[in-house]
Amino acid sequence: MATEILMPALSPTMEEGTLAKWLVKEGDSVKSGDIIAEIETDKATMEFEAVDEGILGKLLIAEGTQGVKVNTPIAVLVEEGESVDAAPKAEPAPAEARAEAPAAPAQAAAPAPAPVADQSPDWPEGTPMKTMTVREALREAMEEEMSGDETVFLMGEEVGEYQGAYKISQGLLDKFGPRRVVDTPISEIGFAGIGTGAALAGLRPIVEFMTFNFAMQAIDHIINSAAKTLYMSGGQMGCPIVFRGPNGAAARVAAQHSQDYAAWYAQIPGLKVVMPYSAADAKGLLKTAIRDPNPVIFLENEILYGRSFEVPDLQDFTIPFGKAKIVRPGRDVTLVSFGIGMVHALEAAEKLAADGIEAEVIDLRTLRPLDYGTVIESVKRTNRCVTVEEGFPVASIGNHLSAHIMENAFDWLDAPVINCTGKDVPMPYAANLEKHALITAAEVVEAVRKVTYR
Amino acid sequence: MVRKPAAKQSTPNVSKDELLKYYRDMLLIRRFEEKAGQLYGMGLIGGFCHLYIGQEAVVVGLEAAAKEGDKRITSYRDHGHMLACGMEARGVMAELTGRIGGYSKGKGGSMHMFSREKHFYGGHGIVAAQVPLGAGLAFADKYLGNDNVTFVYFGDGASNQGQVYETYNMAELWSLPVVFVIENNQYAMGTSMKRSTKSTTLYGRGEAFGIKGEQVDGMDVLAVRAAGEKAVAHCRAGKGPYILEVMTYRYRGHSMSDPAKYRTREEVQKMRDERDAIEHVRELLLQGQHASEDDLKAIDKEIKDIVNDSAEFAKESPEPPLEELWTDIYAQDVPQGGAEQNA
Repeated sequence: MATEILMPALSPTMEEGTLAKWLVKEGDSVKSGDIIAEIETDKATMEFEAVDEGILGKLLIAEGTQGVKVNTPIAVLVEEGESVDAAPKAEPAPAEARAEAPAAPAQAAAPAPAPVADQSPDWPEGTPMKTMTVREALREAMEEEMSGDETVFLMGEEVGEYQGAYKISQGLLDKFGPRRVVDTPISEIGFAGIGTGAALAGLRPIVEFMTFNFAMQAIDHIINSAAKTLYMSGGQMGCPIVFRGPNGAAARVAAQHSQDYAAWYAQIPGLKVVMPYSAADAKGLLKTAIRDPNPVIFLENEILYGRSFEVPDLQDFTIPFGKAKIVRPGRDVTLVSFGIGMVHALEAAEKLAADGIEAEVIDLRTLRPLDYGTVIESVKRTNRCVTVEEGFPVASIGNHLSAHIMENAFDWLDAPVINCTGKDVPMPYAANLEKHALITAAEVVEAVRKVTYR
Repeated sequence: MVRKPAAKQSTPNVSKDELLKYYRDMLLIRRFEEKAGQLYGMGLIGGFCHLYIGQEAVVVGLEAAAKEGDKRITSYRDHGHMLACGMEARGVMAELTGRIGGYSKGKGGSMHMFSREKHFYGGHGIVAAQVPLGAGLAFADKYLGNDNVTFVYFGDGASNQGQVYETYNMAELWSLPVVFVIENNQYAMGTSMKRSTKSTTLYGRGEAFGIKGEQVDGMDVLAVRAAGEKAVAHCRAGKGPYILEVMTYRYRGHSMSDPAKYRTREEVQKMRDERDAIEHVRELLLQGQHASEDDLKAIDKEIKDIVNDSAEFAKESPEPPLEELWTDIYAQDVPQGGAEQNA
């Protein structure tokens, strides 16, 4: 049966091209793979191969013709003894048909964030409490989850025999052995990729980065391999993995070791992002992270590791993602923070209270999913908002919240939202400069005075 | 360059059924890819599309060395790997056309397809990313204590990425059951081997980490199978990873929009005429009187029908409904016990 040969699209952007040269003539026999023409695309001159076998019955477009639209018939291929007229009309140009199809701006609506703020208590009233550091809380969370699920394992630099660079994994090697507490060489992209592969195969790795600064070497696997695979596989291939470690500035370690990655990771669909402040949250959220069937970025803080908090003494204590906590209620202004930013927010609230300004302090705890409801409800009560975070000011979490508040509580605002952030500079080493580069409680107090006009 | 033709190198230790299967599997890949190229030309397939034509013997030979439960993972030049491990031509082609009937519901495209059922872990668009991911699959099998092996496919181009060597180091350190298959088609997009490295072999780089390896004639499916069997036996015996540098050749450009000006037409034609892997098996079948010309014609027809059917399916399958934009971003359920249980 005669078939038409159509002008091919030879690049992702080609709509028309020049039929530069025919390399065959009418009457020639061609077989699959033979180069029959040279075609100039928008990018290059390409050789065009025959797909079917046959005899070239007719060349429909002369060589040198410019502006030949994709899918225009350019030649007719016939079988031995067949006439050119037998060629059926080529199928309707699908490229154009398809170009039209999605033109209708039918919008699939994004699922709206839950407007209702869940402020139920994290544990029942009367629960016995114990005092522990953030470090102990993190270790306990891993120990409990590793005891409960054989597929959970920890890998990273110095997590085993060294007992953890920051001692978060202290004792875990002794308890679980080297099969489940895996010391790695200094190969961030390599072990992040191996961990991600193990998660694709059904294990539940906890990958510790000695600090998140080093995770920049591995960010391709975190984002391209871990966060996107479920979507790219049409839901087949989940990736239950936790990437955890200290994030943000420690003290006097300068620019390459002092950066808050909260906003970076919070931007990525497919990731969940957690940044706890208290020991109870560190424990409850890490347990949730390990159980979650998705990749979770768990951002800890070196300065907070040694701080003590009250933690509920419960058998199996978890905190759900996407639930912010009102740590300090107040009526005059809403302070929204997370991670170490909470230190400055709470200190500012204390100072402001002395001056008669009652600040409500919200700890977001998770940045993705983010509890918009609790923030909006609070802003509707206080009519003012200041965000507090350690990261850089441009495209910060505070910027995002400001936009969300403007869109959803504009009529309730009595002042612009102010974002308190780290300064827009690489972290300096000198002690005095470092202090100025970081966010301080004094700056938060100043911002609150601006929005309350007091 | 590929070594001299080694017609007598292949062991004749192969059954008629095996030869016919390799012929059929390689032909399916070639015809499928030709059809994909055609649909690309018609605008039905968009974006990047990297064809496997010329390299068929690599994946077909290695699949012949695999058992149920073994895993495989590869780069973006992945259509052949999917067909060879038994994934449906329809589902692959419909993914290429971005339709709901595709393996990823149209959301992955040419470079991102997966099948849990066939233990195919992608389809990865970032050069060499699949190498540590594949070692991670092997890590999971070792952790679970089964005897599965993972085949990690990557090219001569990926061999110059640093993460390959981080992975070699850990794979050997932890004795992971992984076969690193370097599909050396001699061009990293447009850059030939000799313009990118002074190493004369790529498998030899494993020696620095204590990993054994060898070079294999990738245009000879039986040679590939034999090398694959050796590598797999090494892994299953708990001896750690093995590297196969399989010397092959891609007839088409790097992707559909590559005019391939970095090599001569004569070079390509010479490979096609003298070293074609499918022709090689065809000759073995005819010479050994395992099949007649008519038998092979019948197979050709059978393959053509499968490919045409897949193309029809891929054209008729609807585009994904708009709701699909918002699905599969997060897994919802918290599975209990999680790990994939293989045989």
